[in-house]
Amino acid sequence: MSERISMSVERVDAREKIYGEALYIGDYRFEDMLFAKTVRSKVPRAKILNVKIPALPDGYFVVDRDDVPGKNRVKILVYDQPYFADGVVNYIGEPILLVVGPEREKVFEIARKVEVEYEEIPPILTIDDALSGKNQPIYGDDNCFVDYHYEKGNVKNAFANAETIVEGEYETGYQEHLYIEPQGVAAVFDGEKITIYGSMQCPYYIKRALAECLALDEKNVRVVQVTTGGAFGGKEEYPSLIAGQAAVAAMKTQKPVKLILDRTEDIMVSTKRHPSRTRYRAAIDADGKVIALDVDIIFDGGAYAGLSDVVLQRGMFSAAGVYNIPNISVHGRAVATNKVPTGAFRGFGAPQVFFAIERLFDKIASKLGENPVDLRLRHAISQGDFTATGGIMRQPVKIPEMVEKLEKMSDFRSKIGKSLPGDEPHIKRGYGLSLFFHGCGFTGNGENIIAAEAKLKKHSDGKVEILVANTEMGQGALTALRKIVAETLKIQFDDVIYELPDTDRVPDSGPTVASRTTMIVGGLLKKAAEEMRERWNEADEFEIMKKYHHPDYIRWNQETFEGDAYPTYSFGANVAEVDVDTITGEIAVRHIWAVFDVGITIDEVLMRGQAQGGVVQGTGYATIEVMEAQAGRLLQSTITDYTIPTTKDVPLVECAFIDNPYEYGPFGAKCAGELTLVGAAPAIAAAVENAIGREIVRIPIKPEEIIKKLD
Amino acid sequence: MHSEITFTLDGERVSVDCNPLRRLLDVLREDFNLVGVKEGCGEGECGACAVIVDGKLVNSCIVPVGAVNGAEILTIEGIKKTEIFGKIADAFAQMGAVQCGFCTPGMIVATYAILNQNPKPSRKEIVEGLSGNLCRCTGMNIIIEAVEMAAKNIAR
Ligand code: FES
Ligand code: FES
Repeated sequence: MSERISMSVERVDAREKIYGEALYIGDYRFEDMLFAKTVRSKVPRAKILNVKIPALPDGYFVVDRDDVPGKNRVKILVYDQPYFADGVVNYIGEPILLVVGPEREKVFEIARKVEVEYEEIPPILTIDDALSGKNQPIYGDDNCFVDYHYEKGNVKNAFANAETIVEGEYETGYQEHLYIEPQGVAAVFDGEKITIYGSMQCPYYIKRALAECLALDEKNVRVVQVTTGGAFGGKEEYPSLIAGQAAVAAMKTQKPVKLILDRTEDIMVSTKRHPSRTRYRAAIDADGKVIALDVDIIFDGGAYAGLSDVVLQRGMFSAAGVYNIPNISVHGRAVATNKVPTGAFRGFGAPQVFFAIERLFDKIASKLGENPVDLRLRHAISQGDFTATGGIMRQPVKIPEMVEKLEKMSDFRSKIGKSLPGDEPHIKRGYGLSLFFHGCGFTGNGENIIAAEAKLKKHSDGKVEILVANTEMGQGALTALRKIVAETLKIQFDDVIYELPDTDRVPDSGPTVASRTTMIVGGLLKKAAEEMRERWNEADEFEIMKKYHHPDYIRWNQETFEGDAYPTYSFGANVAEVDVDTITGEIAVRHIWAVFDVGITIDEVLMRGQAQGGVVQGTGYATIEVMEAQAGRLLQSTITDYTIPTTKDVPLVECAFIDNPYEYGPFGAKCAGELTLVGAAPAIAAAVENAIGREIVRIPIKPEEIIKKLD
Repeated sequence: MHSEITFTLDGERVSVDCNPLRRLLDVLREDFNLVGVKEGCGEGECGACAVIVDGKLVNSCIVPVGAVNGAEILTIEGIKKTEIFGKIADAFAQMGAVQCGFCTPGMIVATYAILNQNPKPSRKEIVEGLSGNLCRCTGMNIIIEAVEMAAKNIAR
């Protein structure tokens, strides 16, 4: 970390947050504001026969599908779920209508009294059901939102020539974002124009969706982000739905309408990480080289398509892990089930598949009687090799250095692959390793389609303002992008202005997702700042706008999934140390060592924050964050039931970063935020497996399953 | 079913005339505009709504306002005026213990409760003292370190 840019500054929003002065959507009040409460489906799949509404006192309203002026479908990738149920419901919690009115308690009381009469339809509840064709499909003919396949090399031949074949089947569960601030928006209509204030990641997603929902010209839809209390992907696509509902209500009532989910509601109805089932077959030649992988990935998309298409793609492009595998065939499907829709969550399809491929590599190691570290290093991809999709790994890959650094930090190599004694006789200790990457920015040609625009404005007082649509959700964008501009222009950090985005003021620089903000948008701002520096004396006030194009080297075929799925990759290596209580089955993750290559870090403290938070979120994913559905209903609907790591559960996390500057990233930066979550689960699973000497193929790893395995 | 409830709020005597079953959280936010007290769960599990009642850390979302009649309540607003607050704030800012910030006021209140009771807490005591406060962004280790740093700087 020798770079100047990496030296930390105090983040710009630290003090107002510490003082309790930052205003979140729940803290906003508008004159004459109405509260809203959603009435939701209580069954997983049904026709709605009748809705009985109690007598409404003056000033109270019901808002439903008949009030939507435009299209009653949320525009995401396709026209997706209805803002208000359109005669049928497809999951428990699907919104049917809103009750709005001036007094919250009264609104809630009316909402409780709404009676919905259903005619139930046999639901599809599991991945197996979804593919069995037993019940009427929810989506299309085959009940798959998408069904993709790609192949590199000749997998059939490779298997015919294999000396050994290793197979594995791996499953991952739901994960709930559990941002501490629940979802919320407020809508204000002035007779012509709608303004949405809210907790969100993607103001322009909302703007586009609402123009269609409300049948308004885009210029009459304004979206303003307010301080956002965590998101992790959970506020990527979901806020468009509630923003549309609140907006329709505001237009109907001609009053500001605030819609905030309570915690249980948020857990039950907001998107989750896709549960998955991944099957691998590996062909290994006589020299112990993995020559082919045959992969089948299934993601449970829930009742509506949402972002399943692209989440699955990212998973599929991670199927070879960080390894150079000459032949690979990947079949991926996202299936429809009558459950809450799943969607974007930090890692975006990659954590599921990295869990599987890393577990598979441990299995291959034990089959071959080889140390899992050596097996990995022997297969690790390096510069110039082909990726799973046949793209070229153009930048240096520093996996050997990362593993060496991990070894220095944790001394793990001598301890891996063994069951070691814990502090007490019934405690077993184990260590596990994971290697992983994250493809930076949007998958495939996404960045060219978005063609992000970023603006820099010089003000007459010499201050420079960043005008981009990217949001601060805790990750530190407000600070990181300011640093990039200040450092490039050689002006004071405090002389750079960057406010939370308001679509009336900022161009569409794309959503704040895919760990793209620093690398892609920061890169544009760096270019704009370089130009501004040269033209500084040209005028007192002027603007520079930059538009993104992929670097020329990128080749990608979106039809065949061939070429460079990402412009570059960030890498990670984790070692986990766990204790397993052989009596209770309880797992204590004691320590995680993590090394990351994110190019150059834009700010040491911010980066460390991402790493610590990501590793712990990944730890929860592997262990205590259990969420299961039964008959279409989530069994965990409160924080009491769905537990996330507290001070008492968190492992010690030690992080280190390896410099590996990326030519096209600002100051050499690559992607960072999502990467940090990916490696914890496979490392922990490997450690548990080593501790107890039984195979672990499923996360979250539940104590009762450990006990069963030990019996 | 209204009644008059009187308590000391951040050093000032105040009273409200309302349903005693209203949540203390709502009274603080709505009647006193103390929006630094956050609602993260409403079920007593996240600590975002933490305040100090008669020296004890409590989650204001599960306390009916009637229960604080005569009590002394300290919120983030009152803590801001205490002597040790500056050191706590500096430590949180420097360590990067603040990300989205939604948990932060509650964390500061919990930190104040720890340090006010014991200026030299062990790591274990810090872990215990913060165990009712959830943070989904930082992974908690950084917050523990921030409390350690605050304690060290206050001792100086
Ligand atoms: S809001 Fe009170 S504990 Fe979560
Ligand atoms: S900083 Fe986001 S929850 Fe703690």
